[in-house]
Amino acid sequence: MQSYARIPVALAAIAVASSGPAQAQQPAASALVKLGIVSFLTGPAASPFGIPGRNGAEIVIEALNAGKAPAPFNQVGLGGSKIEAKYVDEAGTVANVVTEFRNLVQRDQVDAVVGYVSSGSCLAVAPVAEELKALTVFYDCGTPRIFEEKPRSYVFRVSPHATMDNVAAARYLVAKKKNLTSFSGINQNYAWGQDSWRDFVGAMKVLAPKVEADKVLFPKLFVGEYGAEVSTLLTSKAQALHTSFYDGDLEAFVYQEQARGLDKRMTMIMTTGEAAIWRLRDKMPEGTIIGGRGANGPLARDTEIKKWFEKIYTDRYNLPPTYPAYQMAQSLLGLKIAYEKAAKDGKPNADAIAAAFKGIEFEGPAGHVKMALGDGHQGITETAYGTYRFNKQKQMPEIVDIIRYPAECVNPPPGVEADKWIADGMKGAKCN
Amino acid sequence: MLLTLSAILTDGLVYAAYLFIVAIGLTLIFGVMKILNVTHGSFYAFGAYGAATAVGIYANSNLPAALGFLFMVAFAMAIGLVMGAVLERGILRLVYGRDEVVVVLVTYAVFLILEDVIVLIWGPGSYAAYQPMVAAGNTELGDLVLSNYDLILVALAAALAGLAYWALKYTRYGRLLTTVIFDRETAAAFGINVTLVYTATFIIGAMLGALGGAVMAPKISVTLGIGVEVIVLAFAVVAIGGMGSIEGALIGALVVGICRAAAVHLVPQLELFVIYGVMALVLVVRPYGLFVRAQPRKI
Repeated sequence: MQSYARIPVALAAIAVASSGPAQAQQPAASALVKLGIVSFLTGPAASPFGIPGRNGAEIVIEALNAGKAPAPFNQVGLGGSKIEAKYVDEAGTVANVVTEFRNLVQRDQVDAVVGYVSSGSCLAVAPVAEELKALTVFYDCGTPRIFEEKPRSYVFRVSPHATMDNVAAARYLVAKKKNLTSFSGINQNYAWGQDSWRDFVGAMKVLAPKVEADKVLFPKLFVGEYGAEVSTLLTSKAQALHTSFYDGDLEAFVYQEQARGLDKRMTMIMTTGEAAIWRLRDKMPEGTIIGGRGANGPLARDTEIKKWFEKIYTDRYNLPPTYPAYQMAQSLLGLKIAYEKAAKDGKPNADAIAAAFKGIEFEGPAGHVKMALGDGHQGITETAYGTYRFNKQKQMPEIVDIIRYPAECVNPPPGVEADKWIADGMKGAKCN
Repeated sequence: MLLTLSAILTDGLVYAAYLFIVAIGLTLIFGVMKILNVTHGSFYAFGAYGAATAVGIYANSNLPAALGFLFMVAFAMAIGLVMGAVLERGILRLVYGRDEVVVVLVTYAVFLILEDVIVLIWGPGSYAAYQPMVAAGNTELGDLVLSNYDLILVALAAALAGLAYWALKYTRYGRLLTTVIFDRETAAAFGINVTLVYTATFIIGAMLGALGGAVMAPKISVTLGIGVEVIVLAFAVVAIGGMGSIEGALIGALVVGICRAAAVHLVPQLELFVIYGVMALVLVVRPYGLFVRAQPRKI
């Protein structure tokens, strides 16, 4: 599951770049920049997250190497050096993930690692990255603990953490369901599901203190059979259901609850639903409140760079990019900005890139990124939620009634831990 | 309260049906061949992928929806038949007589290889096969809405249990099988073709594993790794009931199904723990499971 990608293509492109007048403004590529790209290529998380993330990396790296990305990303590769990517599977135990990370850094001598879907992987890799002084950019994992547990020097995350998803979900629900009296939740029984529910319940207590949480379910990850959970929810009087389910769990739950009409009794709030709409299509319940871990996919603003990314991805893979692809693209573009900022005097080392990375701001396909938290290591962006409907005429999924939330409205201020910020009433939130 | 109790009962039965369908092949193979067959997870996964493929083919035809379920099951079981025959004749027969741990490791190795074969055949993407479940509709029982597809699964599990009971008790092959289960050497001494019984049993077990995957495919997202979870669950059920006992698998599935449903409804925090809690409790009291057979004493 590992391969050096496109070396011959890269070499050929170097030759073209050095001879063609169209590329004359690009500095000569002194050396390749080696990147380790880690994502789930096998296992249950591969299809919804790992593969779109990997595809996002492939298509963006190709465009960067060809110098075909829009400004300000139009310099070839990173600082004029072509990118050589090595793709590694994230599947396996956490110990295996750490071993593969060490292999990338120590054996393959990569210049940076960009990757990781699982919060467990990120929590395990972060201290090793610090120990090895290896520049590492997490692209999808959501736990806020990465930069809250201790300061990091070499670890960055351009994508916002999961607190934003659940605070925004609560804001949207309260805005749209004025007569809400109670809600329930079904989330996977591990850090992701538990943290998501904790943040959502905390935000609901602040925004609608009289609305009660009813059934609280934490089925085992990838359990697949939700008969008892659906029955429990059918006996609940809640009018809304929060879930951070993803991939096969989300799809299995939707198939099973639809067969029993649960979505006719309560509105679903799916914080990762955007990643599933192109697969579920008319099976996704109408009226479901959809989040996409940021303003990604149909929730993204229609900017030039978003249109560019959507086009190159869709042309290659025949499906629009979902949020993991956006997150990977944002992560690579953030790294490019930092690398080129540090590369004024030749090829920069990890310390120089890390120093340049801190606190940067840039426009990516999912909007404006500001590395505002974790002492400049953790990005924040605006986010958006909307309501799902399937357009039968166009035979296309749509997200309508979109509400956008500024980054400072749904993220804690710098230096404040996410759960404490919510528990203290989300003080300092700037929602216009 | 009555609503909750009826929900626990129906949910428990549905979950038990699922567990029994996925465990029966595993326990049958262990009972006859004394092999803890980790490849059972692959049979399940191939059955599910085969069913998803079959549903895709069938959905493009204009045939009645009701027959789609039968086509899906037949397609998946045919895959199980071929896989069972190839694995038993091609690999397992070469390790008969080796230490049980070696045989388990061989089946584990095959399981890992087959996970990659799935990627080669179907790619890393996931597949949906919900059409049979949607076509089945639902039934309202007061505030509770039951999926008719779930009720079909319960009926299928009951039919499988009845069929297994009848086949073992009242057919010639069943009696031969019972003899081999009781003692392989004695059976061979009486002229029973144990090799043939092994092959037939493994193929039937593989077809049952594929059947489990096929009937679950409409309820789940058919994706990489689905066989892993099933192996663990099926093993827990078989360990509770007694390794190799079909009636044990049935009772084990019912115990686990009802306990899990009760936990989800009454104490959801225990859902993660309850299956393995029940298994641990049973094994403390009866280390070989609820329905372990009397072992002949060899001198």
